[in-house]
Amino acid sequence: MLRPALLAAALAAAFPAYADADLDALRAELKEMKFAYEARIQALESRLQQTEIKNSGAPVQASAAAPETATRSGGFNPDISLILQGKYAHLEKRDERGISGFMPTGEHGQGESGRGFSIDGSELVMSASIDPYFRGHLNAVLADEEVEIEEAWVQTTGLGNGVSIKGGRFRSGLGYQNEQHPHVWDFATNNLVYEVLFGEGYGQDGVQLKWLAPTDTFIELGAEFGSGRAFPGSKRDSNGAGSVALFGHVGGDVGVSNSWRAGLSWLRAKPHERNFESHDINEVETKGDFSGRSRTWLADVVWKWAPNGNATQQNLKLAAEYFRRKESGTLNCDDAGPANPSLCTGGLVAPFDADQSGFYAQAVYQFMPRWRAGYRYDQLFRGDVLFNGADAGNTFEALADHGPKRHSLMFDFSPSEFSRLRLQYSRDEAQAGTDENQFYLQYIHSLGSHGAHKY
Amino acid sequence: MTRHSSPWRGGLLAAALLLPVSAQAALKVFACEPEWAALVREIGGDKVSVYSATTAMQDPHRIEARPSLIARARTANLLICTGAELEIGWLPVVLAESGNRAIQAGQPGQFFAAGFVPMLEKPTVLDRSAGDVHADGNPHIQTDPRNFTRVGAALAARMATLDPSEAAHYQARWADFSARWNAAIPRWEKQAAPLRGVPIVVQHKAFPYLQNWLGLKAVAVLEPKPGVEPSLASLAAVKTRLATAPAKFVLRAAYQPAQPSEWIAGQTGLKVVVVPFTVGGDKESGDLFGLFDSTISKLLAGLN
Repeated sequence: MLRPALLAAALAAAFPAYADADLDALRAELKEMKFAYEARIQALESRLQQTEIKNSGAPVQASAAAPETATRSGGFNPDISLILQGKYAHLEKRDERGISGFMPTGEHGQGESGRGFSIDGSELVMSASIDPYFRGHLNAVLADEEVEIEEAWVQTTGLGNGVSIKGGRFRSGLGYQNEQHPHVWDFATNNLVYEVLFGEGYGQDGVQLKWLAPTDTFIELGAEFGSGRAFPGSKRDSNGAGSVALFGHVGGDVGVSNSWRAGLSWLRAKPHERNFESHDINEVETKGDFSGRSRTWLADVVWKWAPNGNATQQNLKLAAEYFRRKESGTLNCDDAGPANPSLCTGGLVAPFDADQSGFYAQAVYQFMPRWRAGYRYDQLFRGDVLFNGADAGNTFEALADHGPKRHSLMFDFSPSEFSRLRLQYSRDEAQAGTDENQFYLQYIHSLGSHGAHKY
Repeated sequence: MTRHSSPWRGGLLAAALLLPVSAQAALKVFACEPEWAALVREIGGDKVSVYSATTAMQDPHRIEARPSLIARARTANLLICTGAELEIGWLPVVLAESGNRAIQAGQPGQFFAAGFVPMLEKPTVLDRSAGDVHADGNPHIQTDPRNFTRVGAALAARMATLDPSEAAHYQARWADFSARWNAAIPRWEKQAAPLRGVPIVVQHKAFPYLQNWLGLKAVAVLEPKPGVEPSLASLAAVKTRLATAPAKFVLRAAYQPAQPSEWIAGQTGLKVVVVPFTVGGDKESGDLFGLFDSTISKLLAGLN
């Protein structure tokens, strides 16, 4: 570096009179040379360094970083993860479990005792890009003697403009918790709102169209058209959409420590001969079905806080959802067995109208790394439930005038991102006349690909 | 161009008229980490608008796919992230929900810095019993300034591809920056000469590139496994080990919790050195030059 500089100085001294222009040119040339050499030296240095790293042996390895090479470990295999979960439940002995005042959804083992040790379904999740235009996702729940396809969908990735179309079986985008599978719930049990609305969560067999607005504030609008098989709908033999869902979500940050999302959703289903089994108020079994229309509104809000937005030490999550559901149509009921005449004896077909609501609100606080504590309160309002112009609670035990509620308190410990152990206590007043202390000990472990979770 | 029929062109024109903003606006960049946001700013100047998804006070591995991130990714022309699984817990959701074709895998608008540097600590055995290891190697590549030279050259070329009208601008700014940067590296190396061979303790395996560059020797790690918080038992084990193999100081990044390194410092009398780790990690680290000026001076202060 010194020599060219000396040379330049010597030249400048030698031709003082007409040096300026020539000197500038010379300087530029020298500068160029300097850059070229520096680049070459740098390249050599980096080669040297790579060789050094390679030769240093040990468990440390360095790849020679061929630029732009794909770095996926699984090659073309999809990302696969398996979630293992199970629990120990300490519950009272009860002949049947239900949520009084609301029609049972008939989903996911309502009525099963679930006492003692049990494993929850093991979730097998696979996902990958299909081609430049689509990605695919499968979520299958493996349980005794059955494999339940929770989700199996393809989604466009190449439409741009904030538009995506999903088709297949998928969890509906309505509400907040609906898209979450049980292993990401903050509590060992579902909240009463989702239990009474959908059993676990609302799944669609159909198509979803979503659009994200090109704004710095998150604004998402979605519409879904599906078969409407799942509760509150029922299996139907018809063309067209048995269920329509519309939803919108907005969200953003408040400062660097807070973030939020809020939404409003609407679901319309057309139940046709939707199964309804109950007892009459004299404890005699009845059977029947409901046909008509069901409309659900759902409002959801989530607020999360973490100091400086760094959730690894402490963080707080607040979530609440409120629903209102109106159903109107015809209820058909009869005796479950000819030997036991019930209040429906001889068969009754009469108008049925229900206007019901409820909410849950929860707070989960991570007070130190790996440890969280949470509290949730669920409350349902039975509202007006009319059968044949009179209170349906006068006919059916399951629709008794009762305001189900439940307090849940949980602690969980996550040894790593991939495992979690949870202890939960619930005070359950979901069924009329019961007031139960429930204890749960739960584990949720995931193995395989590092999953990415939604907000 | 000759293959295009005129109705097609008419359609394009109409689209251009309908979307005048997107045609006029600066290159919009979504950077996963502040160091890449800073590098984009150096190359792009006022021709780019950059959004950094994380700050120096956050662990880029443990971020949630917040609605605000999805909204910002929606309108980005270029997404630049470290890659090597650093953002694996949230970026896939952000990409999938963004509805933005330009930044999807395989598009020129998606840029992973780790693809342009030699990776260290590539595990030979992939098993989660080893903690949260990354198959592609240690992703904390921004602690070696020479990696910015490698990443920046590719990034400038990529920005020129995405925004050809400003290509000359990007190349000129890159030439200017890299000249200053390449002049600064030997200066930092000279300043950091006393650090060569110095034994240190690191809180998290976040510094292999820094160690490799400056010749620091990590003799102990406070985290028993990557991503696993140190327990009192594991810290006590480190303390015992330090009795036989002494170290000069404990090193941690600004976003990492203070307790583990403070505990070991209290027990052993070692100094604690907190480096900014990325742009914005302390008040001196306003840009990339400040980041390394501050890093070197804090490391040197640890020797005294």
